[in-house]
Amino acid sequence: MKEEWNDFIAGRWQKTIDVEDFIRLNYHEYLGDESFLKGCSKKTNKVWSRCQKLLKKEAISGVLDVETTIISGIDNFEPGYIDRSNEVIVGLQTDEPLKRIVNPYGGMRMVNKALEAYGYRLDKEIEEKFTEFRKTHNDGVFDAYTPQVRKCRSAKLLTGLPDAYGRGRLIGDYRRVALYGVDLIIKVKEMDLTRLENNINFATVRAREEVKEQIKALNELKSMASKYGFDISKPARDAKEAIQWTYLAYLAGAKQSNGAATSFGRNTTFFDIYIERDLANGTLKEEDAQELIDQLIIKLRLIRHLRTPEYNELFAGDPTWVTESIGGMLDDNKSLVTKTAFRYLNALDNIGSSAEPNLTILWSAKLPDFFRRYAVSQSIKTHALQFENDDLMRPIYGSDYAISCCVSAMREGKQMQFFGARCNLAKALLYAINAGCDEITGEEIIPGIPKLSSDNLDFNEVIKNYSLVLAKVSDIYCDALTTIHYMHDKYAYESLQMALHDTNVERFMAFGAAGISIVGDSLSAIKYAKVHVNRNEAGVSESFDIEGDFPRYGNDNDNVDKIVIVVVKMFMEYLKKHKLYRNAQPTLSLLTITSNVMYGKNTGATPDGRKAGIPFAPGANPTGGADKNGALASLNSVAKIPYKGVCQDGISNTFNISPSSLGTNDSERADNLMHVLDGYFKQGAQHLNVNVLSREMLEEARENPDKYPNLTIRVSGYAVNFNSLTREQQDEVISRTFHEVM
Amino acid sequence: MGYIHSIETMGLVDGPGIRVVVFMQGCPLRCIFCHNPDTWIPNKNLEISTKDLVDRIRKFRPYFEDSGGGVTFSGGEPLYQSEYLADTLKLCKKAGINTCVDTSGTGYDKEYLEEIFKWTDLFILDIKAIEPDNYQKITGKTQDEFNFFKEEVNKHNKDIWLRQVIIPGINDTKEYILKLKEYIKEFNNVKKVELLPYHTLGVPKYDKLGIPYPLKGVEPLSNEKLEELKEILNS
Repeated sequence: MKEEWNDFIAGRWQKTIDVEDFIRLNYHEYLGDESFLKGCSKKTNKVWSRCQKLLKKEAISGVLDVETTIISGIDNFEPGYIDRSNEVIVGLQTDEPLKRIVNPYGGMRMVNKALEAYGYRLDKEIEEKFTEFRKTHNDGVFDAYTPQVRKCRSAKLLTGLPDAYGRGRLIGDYRRVALYGVDLIIKVKEMDLTRLENNINFATVRAREEVKEQIKALNELKSMASKYGFDISKPARDAKEAIQWTYLAYLAGAKQSNGAATSFGRNTTFFDIYIERDLANGTLKEEDAQELIDQLIIKLRLIRHLRTPEYNELFAGDPTWVTESIGGMLDDNKSLVTKTAFRYLNALDNIGSSAEPNLTILWSAKLPDFFRRYAVSQSIKTHALQFENDDLMRPIYGSDYAISCCVSAMREGKQMQFFGARCNLAKALLYAINAGCDEITGEEIIPGIPKLSSDNLDFNEVIKNYSLVLAKVSDIYCDALTTIHYMHDKYAYESLQMALHDTNVERFMAFGAAGISIVGDSLSAIKYAKVHVNRNEAGVSESFDIEGDFPRYGNDNDNVDKIVIVVVKMFMEYLKKHKLYRNAQPTLSLLTITSNVMYGKNTGATPDGRKAGIPFAPGANPTGGADKNGALASLNSVAKIPYKGVCQDGISNTFNISPSSLGTNDSERADNLMHVLDGYFKQGAQHLNVNVLSREMLEEARENPDKYPNLTIRVSGYAVNFNSLTREQQDEVISRTFHEVM
Repeated sequence: MGYIHSIETMGLVDGPGIRVVVFMQGCPLRCIFCHNPDTWIPNKNLEISTKDLVDRIRKFRPYFEDSGGGVTFSGGEPLYQSEYLADTLKLCKKAGINTCVDTSGTGYDKEYLEEIFKWTDLFILDIKAIEPDNYQKITGKTQDEFNFFKEEVNKHNKDIWLRQVIIPGINDTKEYILKLKEYIKEFNNVKKVELLPYHTLGVPKYDKLGIPYPLKGVEPLSNEKLEELKEILNS
């Protein structure tokens, strides 16, 4: 037994890489309250105030600095510090805080556009290498895209595709580095290679090359860590090392790749085992434990990628989705809540609320009562938490899954996903009405869709056409993602993050859909009211006349809610028909991030009465103002959307309620929010973002941003600083339904 | 069949736990501070059968169970449709749903009061005013009906929450609160007393309905004043 493992309970985890087994055998569930927590240490205070100054500067210019003479890579940068003597957890992406990395592997076009936007120029030599000698992911994709994919992409039917930037969504099991040390992980990877010596064919050649790349990345990780003064070839010896090494492994991934979402995994229970051991043997005090966590969180708040202004239009507020999954149950009786889960949430008090890391509570009605209460109290206070249904996900993913990005569950180190952005289902519905032509350009995008027999829309005829459109769109969507991920693997492979997965990893292909509330309401209008389409000279829909009432999604009315379910199931059935790249399993999400504004802009008038250009509701939310029977009716409608096997990549719902409607005092508000979450999740719902604030407050913050410098709010699947949203996005957030009772 | 104005599925302040609040049509009073004038007229808005209404309420049981919540009938004046209310309460109780009636204690049909008491777990009773003359000034009606209901509630030993709306210039005084403290003793089983601040959020509804607003120019009660009065009440 390794000496670093002294005092740990022995088990399977010592014979094979199995962090889950280590946690199960060694953690201490914590059932108490938050009274043990400590405040912010002097050192943390110093480090954080320095960061706040830098963050303020960054907010003004959009970007604080960019390294233009070195490109992305695990070991390409000199060590960087914020305030070296006061940092207890160290490591920055580059040699300076908030200095961003140029990652040309994704594509040069994006790099140059981003640099230009912020007034930088790439080193000539690098530019030459990547234009003359080295092909990029983006080049590869556009060489191979079919004309059909290009058409759907230009028409904004398929958007946000990761064809010019990192696909992200991978979560390496960074804990492995702390538990086993890098050398052991390399040894296991070398053994995996020996199993790949027979049957040399396309798949095994690719696997061999990838594992070799992974080993290279692990060696670079060791070298990078050594520059900070750590020998991470062996396991971590104490809590500080465990947190430091896990973070360094994560950081290496963020130095190498610029994926949209770079989530951190599920670490609180793991860290807690080390902290408990140190507390027990007297080498650590509670103040020190909190300091380690606070400083780790500071580091996670500084992760940045270089993006173009167009990218920011899609995903506002410079998000990196450093998602950390907290809580959840081990089994039906015991939770995975530890003191460190409390310490993470305490950081919101110690260093203030912030959009990152994206703190995600894996909620269960069976979580310890004190923790449930503390979590909802912090949520009410900071609007920085999201809640996801552990009772729904645990039976599918086991007890060691983590959330990537916003709502995507994956088993840590055992599953990965090919991120697929999303398809605009509302636009697709217009194609069903316009014989496959785009409602804005008039161009035919989907061939073979018959013209409708009448401009007075007939439900059966429209749904028949819609089914045809979705079948064809699913073909094209699969083609696009196959192309993207083939090229991504080839030109921008995330060797470090994949090194911290099992070699035999399970893969998902994560499709997405936007505009589901509009589709539901539109089809309901066609079915229950009379809808007439007005066409322009080109023969495509310009506006719709609606006569009569129709039920809207968000009122717990089965007549329309069932339509929503039929549509997502239909789309998923079509996607399931395809044999996907690397045998990936298809999944689907209803998630828009803040791109619901952009989707709205690019979509013409819809049969639900929505005018052209008006934003979509985010994620799976009902259209703002359509939910007229209060919050629970709205939640019940969303809860009906099936998760398992259908929208298994996540169903995002963002919920705003005014403080006075939630209860008359803090304790009542906490009680009520707990019970709302319980009732919602009991019905099989997956996700809820909670904002306890009033519309008036947001209106005031929009007009006087200086008064609310740190106002964090939850949007679709992540948190964002309200001031970093564009005016348009702020208006959209304010126009959403705020549940309040008079 | 009954008439309801609307349903608020997440009521968190009208009774214990998470509650579905059914706003019913019709009210015999014309309180000067009323913020729901759109519920005054009896046979308007949504006509719905007892069974359909209870089926809708039933869907929210997952939220009731752990929170100790249920349904609250409010309005308008829920007692105004006494027979319908009695039937609906009964059906709710039979379905295991906790029931609460948010009322002014007026507008009832005596014939159904017995049934209503039988199937109601909690009454939220709005006092309006202690003194008969003020009561009439505020509500437009004499206090007789209210006083009879008060006797009945006491007789049936029902749990009650008492509510008093505080209006600047009318009852926002220490004297009134001290009087209120004494008055509360006339009720059995008072579980909670709430002072509600007068607000002006209902004003646009008056404009829309073309009804002159009785308290024109009266400012909403400030938070500080409310806290001050609460302190007197609780001391």
